[in-house]
Amino acid sequence: MQALRRNAVRSVLTMLGIIIGVGAVITSMAIGSGAQAAVLAQIESLGANLVIVIPGAVTSNGVRLGGGTRTSLKIGDADAIVQNIPEVSAAAPYSETNAQIVAGGANWFTSVGGTTPAWPAVNSWDVQQGRFFSRTETDQAAKVAVVGSIVAQNLFPSGGAIGSTIVVKNVPFRVLGILATKGQTGFGRDRDDIVIVPITTLLDRLTGNSWVGSISISAMTPEAVPGVIDMTGRLLRLRHHLAAYQPDDFSVRNISDVQQVRIATSQTQTLLLAGIAVTSLVVGGIGIMNIMLVSVTERTREIGLRMAVGAKGRDILLQFLVEALTLASAGGVIGIAMGVGTALGTSSLAHWPVLISPFSVILGFVSAAVVGVIFGFYPAQRAAALDPIVALRYE
Amino acid sequence: MVAVAPAVRGMVAVASAGRSGPIRPSAEAEPLIEVRDLTKVYGEGEMAVHALQGVSLTVRGGEFVAIMGPSGSGKSTFMHLLGCLDRPTSGSYRLAGEEVSRLSRDELALVRNQRIGFVFQSFNLLARTSAIENVELPMLYAGAPRDERLRRAREILGSVGLEDRLTHRPSELSGGQQQRVAIGRALANGAPLLMADEPTGNLDSASSVEIMTLFRGLNRDRGITVVVVTHDTNIAAWCERVVTFKDGRLVDDRPVTEAVPEAARAAVVRAAGPQGVRA
Repeated sequence: MQALRRNAVRSVLTMLGIIIGVGAVITSMAIGSGAQAAVLAQIESLGANLVIVIPGAVTSNGVRLGGGTRTSLKIGDADAIVQNIPEVSAAAPYSETNAQIVAGGANWFTSVGGTTPAWPAVNSWDVQQGRFFSRTETDQAAKVAVVGSIVAQNLFPSGGAIGSTIVVKNVPFRVLGILATKGQTGFGRDRDDIVIVPITTLLDRLTGNSWVGSISISAMTPEAVPGVIDMTGRLLRLRHHLAAYQPDDFSVRNISDVQQVRIATSQTQTLLLAGIAVTSLVVGGIGIMNIMLVSVTERTREIGLRMAVGAKGRDILLQFLVEALTLASAGGVIGIAMGVGTALGTSSLAHWPVLISPFSVILGFVSAAVVGVIFGFYPAQRAAALDPIVALRYE
Repeated sequence: MVAVAPAVRGMVAVASAGRSGPIRPSAEAEPLIEVRDLTKVYGEGEMAVHALQGVSLTVRGGEFVAIMGPSGSGKSTFMHLLGCLDRPTSGSYRLAGEEVSRLSRDELALVRNQRIGFVFQSFNLLARTSAIENVELPMLYAGAPRDERLRRAREILGSVGLEDRLTHRPSELSGGQQQRVAIGRALANGAPLLMADEPTGNLDSASSVEIMTLFRGLNRDRGITVVVVTHDTNIAAWCERVVTFKDGRLVDDRPVTEAVPEAARAAVVRAAGPQGVRA
């Protein structure tokens, strides 16, 4: 142990590889676990009955096909789904744009979404104050809106949002209600930072499009979901006048399928980071081995002396193995601290979800220790095999 | 009777000095070192080097022997064999009654730990380590508990006059002081045999006298057998017996009075002071 303290600078440099490797293990596992947990939480909060229709066909690994089919979904598709498929309890179209919202002296840049009164039921998200806009108001493309709690706070800090006017892209809207607070999605997006208007008003006055971005469908029960997916596909093919040989110009997915893709992607990313971590550990181990070989060479006379006063080969082997293990373990502990620090830093700066599990900490420490023993063994063995007479004469 | 006395004195002193393994009851008959026809050959066939060619020697406990000879004479090889750092090619070596010529590496390490203390020309202390930690090193390998190690190390350093240098590192000690620490280390496990390879080679004359006085004191007061390898007659003058090597053979073995000129021995008497050991 004193041997390591005596050459502190060298010890620290030797540990660098292990520190980085272990730190990478901790951080990558934390970020990976965090992403997965966030996605799963999202699935839970949205419910297992939710089915999403998006324009363009999507292959199984998430790649979008059919570039020209972005405009394939129509406003009327959602109503048709509700009317024609009995297992559907509600369906709402949704499109989104970004805009500067002006209210009195304040302004705020946020997302503006358009949808129908079915939206609160489908997304389990209703107003906490005031009311949502009605069927009639949607039919008439009325200039009314409900705002999320963050928007309300920023535009009307002293209250009085309901009944006030907000201006969106030079169009005045009357605020009918404030949405319930939902908090952040796992990926740092604030769900309460939103303004919802009738889809008709959005398309006519704000975006000028005739197509919608997606349709959310709520099935009556989770078991009904496969049937709903199937029927929705057939219905939309009819409505979109697709011939039998033409592929779908849309994609119907159970919300959990979408999330599974996200999970799979994040798993791939985690594996990548883990690969980097393992490489760093191996590099760190090689570093330890090299430094220990140098150390053994430099301490040849010392080893000869120890043997002369009675150290057996086993004693020397153990001495150097323990030194390697100590170096690696110390590097592991520092790496864990740095990994945790980096993970927490990423969490607060990039708003990525992180989950630091005790398992990852133990894994980090154990891998450091194992690397120390494996890569320290060869130098330790070389030390133990020295001939005392030759060693004592070494210059 | 006279011939027996040093051996008895040696064995009794060993017992009082501390741990060193089984003491043979019939102390009179058994010499400490008994070497018969020792040879050492390096390499094979045409390239073979016969470093030692049939050396025989007996050293009784309590003797103070100088080994001399030019380089290449085999004295270093002999010293390595005596010190159990190496094994002979053939022949017998009994140390304290135990045949050590065919022991394994680990067994030899144990013999070195318990029976032999080494003192080197270049001290070979652990750098950046305190004096007390240097002295306790052999005790570590003997498995002694920490308290006992520190206590004995303190005692030993006191007995060589370094009680106020316990925590000093080698870089903070003079050459003579470092060699005294090395001698202390050699005494750590109460070994009956001290082997010194040119112990004064790196010291000035004043420190050389210090060290040789110390050896003489250990030999006379504690009965420790001291074997010094040297090329310097002035150093051999401190010993009682001079053994000379040449071309791998032992060619001379006689008391110091016959082997070393009067002048050198007189110088030792002057340097050592009236009692034969400096106070």
